[in-house]
Amino acid sequence: MILIIAIGIALMLIGFWGALIRKNMIRIVLSIGIAETGLQLLMIGVGYLKGRTAPILDSAVPFSQALQRVVDPVPQALVLTAIVIGVAVNALMLTFIIRLYEKKKTLTISDYRDLKW
Amino acid sequence: MIKRAIALFLVLFFGYVFTTLLLNWHPWTELIGVARYYVSHELTELGATNLVTAIVVTYRGLDTLGEVTVLFLAATGVSVLLRRTTITLPSPGPKRQSSEILHTATRLLTPFIVMFGAYIFINGHLTPGGGFQGGAVIASAVLLLFLTNPHQALNHRILKTIESLSGATYVLVGILGLFLAGGFLDNRILPLGEPGRILSAGAIPIIYTCIGLKVGTELANILENLRGPATSPVLEENEGRAQ
Repeated sequence: MILIIAIGIALMLIGFWGALIRKNMIRIVLSIGIAETGLQLLMIGVGYLKGRTAPILDSAVPFSQALQRVVDPVPQALVLTAIVIGVAVNALMLTFIIRLYEKKKTLTISDYRDLKW
Repeated sequence: MIKRAIALFLVLFFGYVFTTLLLNWHPWTELIGVARYYVSHELTELGATNLVTAIVVTYRGLDTLGEVTVLFLAATGVSVLLRRTTITLPSPGPKRQSSEILHTATRLLTPFIVMFGAYIFINGHLTPGGGFQGGAVIASAVLLLFLTNPHQALNHRILKTIESLSGATYVLVGILGLFLAGGFLDNRILPLGEPGRILSAGAIPIIYTCIGLKVGTELANILENLRGPATSPVLEENEGRAQ
């Protein structure tokens, strides 16, 4: 699991790097998406317990043994929330980009200096 | 150049922080705290066999209501911002009509994709899945429609009705929990039933069905807005046929 967490961290750093360096706004949104994915992997990895299975009770994992058999369900619920919010945020960011492009016909973020101080 | 150096410094700093965290991190060997409580009490308290669903819909139900609200606000924001776009991308000549295979496959597959989405959210309390996943699957059917025919029009009245009715039902079920059970969004307003049956876990299937319909219609709405306004389908269709 340490490998999964390391991959998650690497993805987050790649995403940060892209969001800081890139000028094209669509690439910035993609970078933020990559960073989100990394964070989600990180959270799932932290919730994993070695040798255990998914937190779903059935004949293979009876309720009486659940405490010894399942991984932590709380990070999985949090990641579910994070994914949905991520989709919403991405859609909104792309919408802003469409509107900005309409105004100035450019996707380069340094061309938009109106709110810069 | 200086910007690049600052960015590199920031990323290296984060990398250092995370690596230190990772190297000093000891994985849990057993469930602790709130997770322990959820796993050991969930089935007798709420009756859902999918523990993640029980946490998302009931234990942390208020968060999920907030999450649905955020998604709703994002969908509203997208449609408000893109309502009057005048954007016209340079057209690379007349577009070819999508092929017969794609058309037939879309007509054949769309009902089944929607049905699969409904299956995922109705069984959310039993198997992996739930309202958000099912809603995303339903929205993927809408995406397939748009890919086949970019001028596909959606019936907004039906979408709006489904979206607002399911949202209102979700909140109503939550408020009923205040009067009939332990608190807001408590699923025990209905009998818990036998775990593993489709009609079990109290109000969880109802709530997840509402969420699934709401998320599906909202994502379909976002997709439609991002696609842009439908433009004169008749003319291009005729051109496509002629080729």
